[in-house]
Amino acid sequence: MLELKNICYRVSTPEGEADILNHIDLVIPDHKLVVFTGPNGGGKTTLAKVIMGLVQPTEGQILYNGRDVTGLSITERARLGISYGFQQPPRFKGITVHDLLLLAAGSEKLSKDRCCQYLTRVGLCANDYLDREVDVSLSGGEVKRIEIATILARNSQLMIFDEPEAGIDLWSFARLTETFEQIHQEGRSTMIIISHQERIIQLADEIIVVSNGSIAHRGTTEEIFPLILADTLGTCPVLEKKEVKL
Amino acid sequence: MITDIDAKLLEKIADLTGKPVGAFNIRKDSGCEARQSTEHIEITPKTDGKQGIDIRVKPGTKGEQCHIPVIISKTGLSELVYNDFYIGDDCDVEIVAGCGIHNSGCNESRHDGVHTFYIGKNSRVHYSEKHYGEDAPGETGRNIMNPQTIVHLGENSTMQMDTIQIRGIDSTKRDTRFYCEKGSEVVVTERLLTHGKQEAESDMLIELNGEDAKGRVISRSVAQDESKQVFHPVMVGNSQCFGHVQCDSIIMGSAHIQSIPAITANCPDAQLIHEAAIGKIAGDQLLKLETLGLTPEEAEETILKGFLA
Repeated sequence: MLELKNICYRVSTPEGEADILNHIDLVIPDHKLVVFTGPNGGGKTTLAKVIMGLVQPTEGQILYNGRDVTGLSITERARLGISYGFQQPPRFKGITVHDLLLLAAGSEKLSKDRCCQYLTRVGLCANDYLDREVDVSLSGGEVKRIEIATILARNSQLMIFDEPEAGIDLWSFARLTETFEQIHQEGRSTMIIISHQERIIQLADEIIVVSNGSIAHRGTTEEIFPLILADTLGTCPVLEKKEVKL
Repeated sequence: MITDIDAKLLEKIADLTGKPVGAFNIRKDSGCEARQSTEHIEITPKTDGKQGIDIRVKPGTKGEQCHIPVIISKTGLSELVYNDFYIGDDCDVEIVAGCGIHNSGCNESRHDGVHTFYIGKNSRVHYSEKHYGEDAPGETGRNIMNPQTIVHLGENSTMQMDTIQIRGIDSTKRDTRFYCEKGSEVVVTERLLTHGKQEAESDMLIELNGEDAKGRVISRSVAQDESKQVFHPVMVGNSQCFGHVQCDSIIMGSAHIQSIPAITANCPDAQLIHEAAIGKIAGDQLLKLETLGLTPEEAEETILKGFLA
């Protein structure tokens, strides 16, 4: 179980201090699929990074399986079973897809069959990709799918995916949603997925809408999805004020 | 006699464990430790008074290897060696050179090697060269290697040259030159890691003289601590040809790297490209590997190992 208690993240800007995350309290039970959604700049990614240790909160506490992990490094949290798929994964000159899967699995050997399973689940063929370097020769969508395959290879208890659909074509996206559904049905891992995609939102046990650094709404898909749709149909306040006499 | 130290050096620089297969010449402390010719590859000592050997590969030789490692285990030894390679037409051979120094004292040990290749028509040569140095415990003698490689590629011949210098060489000045005839192709991969106060300089010239000649240079280096590196690859297109120079360096600590790739076209149909980049290890690369459970130190080591692989 993951518990966030009073999480705050405050940064200094030229205009003064800004609260990116504002007193967030959240409990995510085991084996749930939770979607973080909400407007750009609302704090979703920062919140996910706080869980992985990529961002250190200025206030608050993170408990994972009852243990306070707030002061633990990224490495220590990874070894406790938390994994994180980046929205824009880095590329590595000289490191192959096979190398990355090995590192992710934390073993010296990984059978081709096993690698094939991970890559197939993100819509890639092992024969075409295993020996390729994760460098600029791969497209953004390919790097993104390899990134997700590394999270599958980690087989961790808590998987965090930051906008896994970004940059991925429709066909691969369909394969990916099947994979998320499959992991969820297997019931071994908790998943936090940052997403705006209806198909992913429909898979969620719970939707958490993060806006202005706070949790604006939370609930089941049936409860929250109509609210999201209503929000997105709002008109532009600037345009509304155009009725000014010239 | 090959000691345990020599055996370790041979393994480091030539992946040799035990007696090599095929033709070989093992040079130790300026003498010939062992030599073997084969039916197709003949190795003979120089007869013009210079130190070194001539290697003659008969036309049509395919699938054979030739090892010519150099090891130095004495401190204060300095040598200048000339090795000339005459590769006949229609060959496909692998040549493994390399130099390892185990400096047993406080004096400078130095190996200057001049390798000249004359490659016949339609031949393929894979040439690899590893350089490695170490000091005996508590010793401070400097290890110096200055290799010069001059390659004349005949029509439609190809050469793949892989050089690697990882640790232990205090100073190196490389001078590599290729002269490419019609339809020939050269691919050079250079890997270099310097640390401490080491210095490395690499000058390279590739002249694409014949029609459809191709040249490719891939240079990857890591400079750590206070070490210094200078790269100066020059690609010259004198005909319809294609050339690509790519230099990538990772800079760490308070190191210094200068990369000066140059391309010169003397023919309107010459197509030449150069790319050069120097930068530190990207923060997001380290973070990604840490999220896979690696410590920051392991992440850095993994990135460097991959980069120099």
